[in-house]
Amino acid sequence: MEGLLSLAVKAIFVENLALSFFLGMCTFIAVSKKIQTAIGLGVSVMVVQAITVPANNLILTYLLAPGALSWAGFPDVDLTFLGLISYIGVIAALVQILEMVLDKYFPPLYNALGVFLPLITVNCAILGGSLFMVERDYNFAEATTYGLSSGFGWALAITAMAGVREKLKYSDIPDGLQGLGITFITAGLMAMAFMSFSGVKL
Amino acid sequence: MGLRNFFDRIEPNFLKGGKWERYFPMYEMVESFIYTPKTVTTAAPHARSYVDMKRIMTYVVLATIPAILIGLWNTGYQVNTAMETLGASGWRASLLEGLGIGLNAANPFANFMHGLLYFLPIYITTLVVGGIWEVLFATVRRHEVNEGFLVTSMLFALIMPPDAPLWQVALGISFGVVIGKEVFGGTGKNFLNPALTGRAFLYFAYPANMSGETIWTPVDGFSGATNLAVAASDGYQEIIVRGGSWMDSFLGFVQGSIGETSTLAIFIGLAFLLITKIANWRLVVGCLAGMIAFSSLLNFIGSDTNPMFNVPWYWHLVMGGYAFGLVFMVTEPVSASHTNMGRFIYGALIGFMVVMIRVINPAFPEGMMLAILFGNVFAPLIDHFVVQANIRRRARRNV
Repeated sequence: MEGLLSLAVKAIFVENLALSFFLGMCTFIAVSKKIQTAIGLGVSVMVVQAITVPANNLILTYLLAPGALSWAGFPDVDLTFLGLISYIGVIAALVQILEMVLDKYFPPLYNALGVFLPLITVNCAILGGSLFMVERDYNFAEATTYGLSSGFGWALAITAMAGVREKLKYSDIPDGLQGLGITFITAGLMAMAFMSFSGVKL
Repeated sequence: MGLRNFFDRIEPNFLKGGKWERYFPMYEMVESFIYTPKTVTTAAPHARSYVDMKRIMTYVVLATIPAILIGLWNTGYQVNTAMETLGASGWRASLLEGLGIGLNAANPFANFMHGLLYFLPIYITTLVVGGIWEVLFATVRRHEVNEGFLVTSMLFALIMPPDAPLWQVALGISFGVVIGKEVFGGTGKNFLNPALTGRAFLYFAYPANMSGETIWTPVDGFSGATNLAVAASDGYQEIIVRGGSWMDSFLGFVQGSIGETSTLAIFIGLAFLLITKIANWRLVVGCLAGMIAFSSLLNFIGSDTNPMFNVPWYWHLVMGGYAFGLVFMVTEPVSASHTNMGRFIYGALIGFMVVMIRVINPAFPEGMMLAILFGNVFAPLIDHFVVQANIRRRARRNV
């Protein structure tokens, strides 16, 4: 239990997907103009991440890993080369389902997220979460914790970013830097503040 | 009133259509530095107040004076004490001996002068390099240079270690002024504290010159850890074993950056800022409460392997940059939260983070700088939620 807790803290703060690995930058920068939308996107990333990482963990353990198919009578088969395509397939399917659910039950959020919801499919933070899970040999409980907390960390980062950008509406940014330029600088400065956690050993 | 007449005579040259129109910001800088600005608000809403930006910034600079005086004395005292055993070295020692002031650690004036010789190069570099950037941006972008830069440069110089290489000082203040402030449009439009942005940049770029045991007292062969480093490696009781005391730490006779050692002097500045209402007391209370609550909680939990768990709050208060950050950086109105409730939360977040970084993160012995930057990042978000909660509450009241 303590191990899971420290894994969660680590995934949220120390190894924040957005601000220390710079994953999922396209949506991080594009959808962080308003706090409400950012929270919506953050929550959907968190949900997708919390479902896909454990789902991919199950697929890895029972289908792909060397010897995983022994239950079907193929103890020598190693399907890990199918890893990438299986993970992205799971992610794509889940995002489709999430999109339909949002369209039906939360139309305002669905409209606000617009094209970025399908883009979660190719969000590197989501695929990155699954690949980190494979690389670090997480078991099912760890994968669930990691999925949820890394998604939460990403959501926290994009919400803070949206807060800062709403404040920056009142600033007087040089013409050449308006829009993306200042957003990149802001993201970099935020990452510097998040370095307060780098080096934490849990 | 000769000076006023002079300004009035040359002013038309800088106004629209004048021959030096481009250089209006520079004229405005000098004029408003010497006289109260004539411009008043022209559009509604109007608020009558005796406090304008010039006064705020000047008062903050005034509030740093006690910390500067004791800091200068302490820097010289540490150097002179070390030189008694290690021998005099460097141009500063030669100059002082040549002037007949000497290097006697028991002589307050000699200590003060020696500290001054360390502080002045850093401060002048900061002023010149930062000032060039300010004037450059002001001239090109047609905004005004204001006293805010005096605060930034003073604070930046005070949080440098005495032996910082001057090119690094120049680099740090450039980063702080340009990336921390000017790309957002100048004073009041940034979201991070510019002085801290520059300091953090230096800290990550040149860790060897910005932390460790040899930088705090710049004498060849001298090695002395700050109280925080001692507490992190051997526990805070070890500070007393090594001949220090809480009182020394409180008064500021310890290793550390130039201006941040003396908690007493800094608190005199705090009293001044609170009485003149430049600093918001909610930020101070929030930051103190967060620090005291979280460090007491860690005391209660305890730990056998990490001695920092057992450091009580009154030691946290006097060690490292906590007091300096609390008084001069947490209370900075631009990068803090703007709602009253938000100020408590923002302060408490910083208080919590500083203890968290000091205790749990072995990579950084000092946490105040990063804790404040972290607070800055979340300040707008805190405001947002406070405002939302307020809207909801009022909507419920008037159904």
